[in-house]
Amino acid sequence: MVLVWRNVSLMRLAFSKEDLKMEKMIKLTIDNKQIEVPQGTTIYEAAKQLGIEIPTLCYMHLGDMGIEHKPGGCRICVVEVEGRRNLAPSCNSKCEEGMVINTHNMRVLNARKTVMELMLSDHPFDCLVCAKSGNCDLQTMAHQFGVRELHYKGEQSTYKVDYSPSIIRDMDKCIMCRRCETMCNDVQTVGALSAVNRGFESVVAPAFEMDLEKSTCTYCGQCVAVCPTGALTEKDHTNQLIRDLADPKKTVVVQTAPAVRAALGEEFGMDAGTLVTGKMVSALRSLGFDKVFDTDFAADLTIMEEGTELLERLQKHLDGDKDVKLPILTSCCPGWVNFFEHHFPDMKDIPSTARSPQQMFGPIAKNYLAKQMGIKREDMIVVSIMPCLAKKYECQRDEFKVDGDPDVNYSISTRELANLIKQANMDLSTMADEDFDNPLGESTGAGVIFGATGGVIEAAARTAYEVYTGKTLEKVDFEALRGMDGIRSATVDFDGLPINIGIAHGLGNARKLLEDIRDGKSEYHAIEIMACPGGCIGGGGQPLHHGDSSILKKRAAALYREDEGKAIRKSHENPYIIKLYEEFLGKPCSELSHKLLHTHYFDKSNEIEIE
Amino acid sequence: MAKIKLAKSKVDTLVEICKSFDNDGAELINVLHKAQETFGYLPAEVQEIIARELNVSVAHVYGVVTFYSFFSMVPKGEFPISICMGTACYVRGAEKVLEEFKRLLDVPVGETTEDGKFSISCLRCVGACGLAPVVTIGERVYGRVAAGDVADIIKEYQS
Repeated sequence: MVLVWRNVSLMRLAFSKEDLKMEKMIKLTIDNKQIEVPQGTTIYEAAKQLGIEIPTLCYMHLGDMGIEHKPGGCRICVVEVEGRRNLAPSCNSKCEEGMVINTHNMRVLNARKTVMELMLSDHPFDCLVCAKSGNCDLQTMAHQFGVRELHYKGEQSTYKVDYSPSIIRDMDKCIMCRRCETMCNDVQTVGALSAVNRGFESVVAPAFEMDLEKSTCTYCGQCVAVCPTGALTEKDHTNQLIRDLADPKKTVVVQTAPAVRAALGEEFGMDAGTLVTGKMVSALRSLGFDKVFDTDFAADLTIMEEGTELLERLQKHLDGDKDVKLPILTSCCPGWVNFFEHHFPDMKDIPSTARSPQQMFGPIAKNYLAKQMGIKREDMIVVSIMPCLAKKYECQRDEFKVDGDPDVNYSISTRELANLIKQANMDLSTMADEDFDNPLGESTGAGVIFGATGGVIEAAARTAYEVYTGKTLEKVDFEALRGMDGIRSATVDFDGLPINIGIAHGLGNARKLLEDIRDGKSEYHAIEIMACPGGCIGGGGQPLHHGDSSILKKRAAALYREDEGKAIRKSHENPYIIKLYEEFLGKPCSELSHKLLHTHYFDKSNEIEIE
Repeated sequence: MAKIKLAKSKVDTLVEICKSFDNDGAELINVLHKAQETFGYLPAEVQEIIARELNVSVAHVYGVVTFYSFFSMVPKGEFPISICMGTACYVRGAEKVLEEFKRLLDVPVGETTEDGKFSISCLRCVGACGLAPVVTIGERVYGRVAAGDVADIIKEYQS
């Protein structure tokens, strides 16, 4: 195996080193502690280096993405700079030589409390029933600042609550921190949200204040992941699930996505990167699911279908077929599918037609498993546990329903599952490890790594290599495909045939690769795209990581650890996958596979009709 | 798929306007000015085309259009009435003048009368504070306007 790095971020690194050499250092005092920082450092960052946490509701620093959101809008982070008349917002005030700063003196505390009270004077008081309660930065800070009564009364915003299939917008709870805008526009380049109107009337909304469902929103959920209040939350399916689990007439089966096991523990106080696969299975069984299965099984199935499609297209290309579409793009990520349907509809025939693992699991459960279990399709409820909010929308897509019955009834997020486990009075950390049920619970290491950026294409490479060359892969770890750089590329040697692979995570990075394809500049054969930074481990439904990329790295490492520990690490060697093809599907990309496991895409862009 | 209906000649004009600013997203405000000058207002369809041509999001265009009171999404009247609400005009009774226009024409600020003749908008300081309170109708400027003058001013345009 020859792996060649083509690291696109090398240039950027070289520049930043150069900058470092020329940096001027600034000395200042914060809370009686001396510190020296490079010129240009904000007071907020300098204080952080000293271990001083200045509270803020709008500032956000996403280190690895190179995104720093510091609108200075919330005014919670104000500090006293001695000698200055006014308090300074620490998030966008730069350190100056000799500054003496107080971050928590009485003048500052007083001001912060006033700012908080003013903010709360236009905030609903429904904390008791708010979805964000207990996990709300505004609530936590109001408590921390000792707000017990409001001295200000003023006009209250009254916006219509906007319910989409994945995300709920309740703008009465918005504090205009505008983090969501940064995620939507700068990180994801989706452009669904913008601040509109002016003054008291200003609100973050889609164009023409239309509902999210009608906008270009991809439901990636990154806005929800950074919202400090209950303004943006996921559509919660927990109550539906409790009703179904309590209904004796229904057989409720569950599938759990790979990224969930690497993050669920965080909600129970475990360190980031703790694998809780066995405990999660045990908890799900205790909750009353009739069968506990693994989306990883469906991920293996995805590799069989998508890998076959890749090799078919590659073979046609090698045979000189000029019409064949290359590169092939992965299609596992529903946020990404929504993105190209809205923004690149002219390229909708390039992604693989393979459904996502979630949507492969559904029809296999309802057509193959239901028959084995001797139950009718309508009596089976398929639930998925996903790190993702776009999956909720994906379940509801019409093409994934049979006579109105969804293949996957609904999806709940990692956060929703954690809440349900707590509600049922279970402590994940003390639960015994249990195994998934069979047949749809058996998976290979290839299925596990789907949850991290680069994992799907690595899993595909393991199988495609062996199918194409007829040889056994000596080393299954394609390390060149791993990592956290936003855009990565590597060439994998298929026994003399170099396969160029591209990887992007975060839709802004995906856009760059897509524009290259559109301009005919792309030299890739296959590209993996994940909508969320880090891949599914950083999904919009995961425990909040507050932009700390070290948490993402730990979650990814956990998945690679689980992969390494698996007896079988290539999808095509999964015995239950082999059996499924023998008993039911025939072969990959067969007629039945196409009917059940493949899909098609739609043009969702605005069509401009010229009269 | 949302469909946008717009006459081809209008689309062509918009494409030309955007081109004259090098299709540069940073020129959005200038493009909107030019577009409003050409069409009289900036309906959703126009914003969609501008967003596409400048390669910026429609939400962003809408955000700018709704931020600046100069831009309008509804067609202005044949005689657009603007009442200055700058500090000098305000303290000299501009609000009473505004109320009188609203009462006599029976339209709120930012809207147009049913016959399409008059629209009312507010603006911030026209730089003629010595004439406060100031009202402009089209290109014409009225100074030291009192609420009692409003009926006569409207009459000038109703014949």
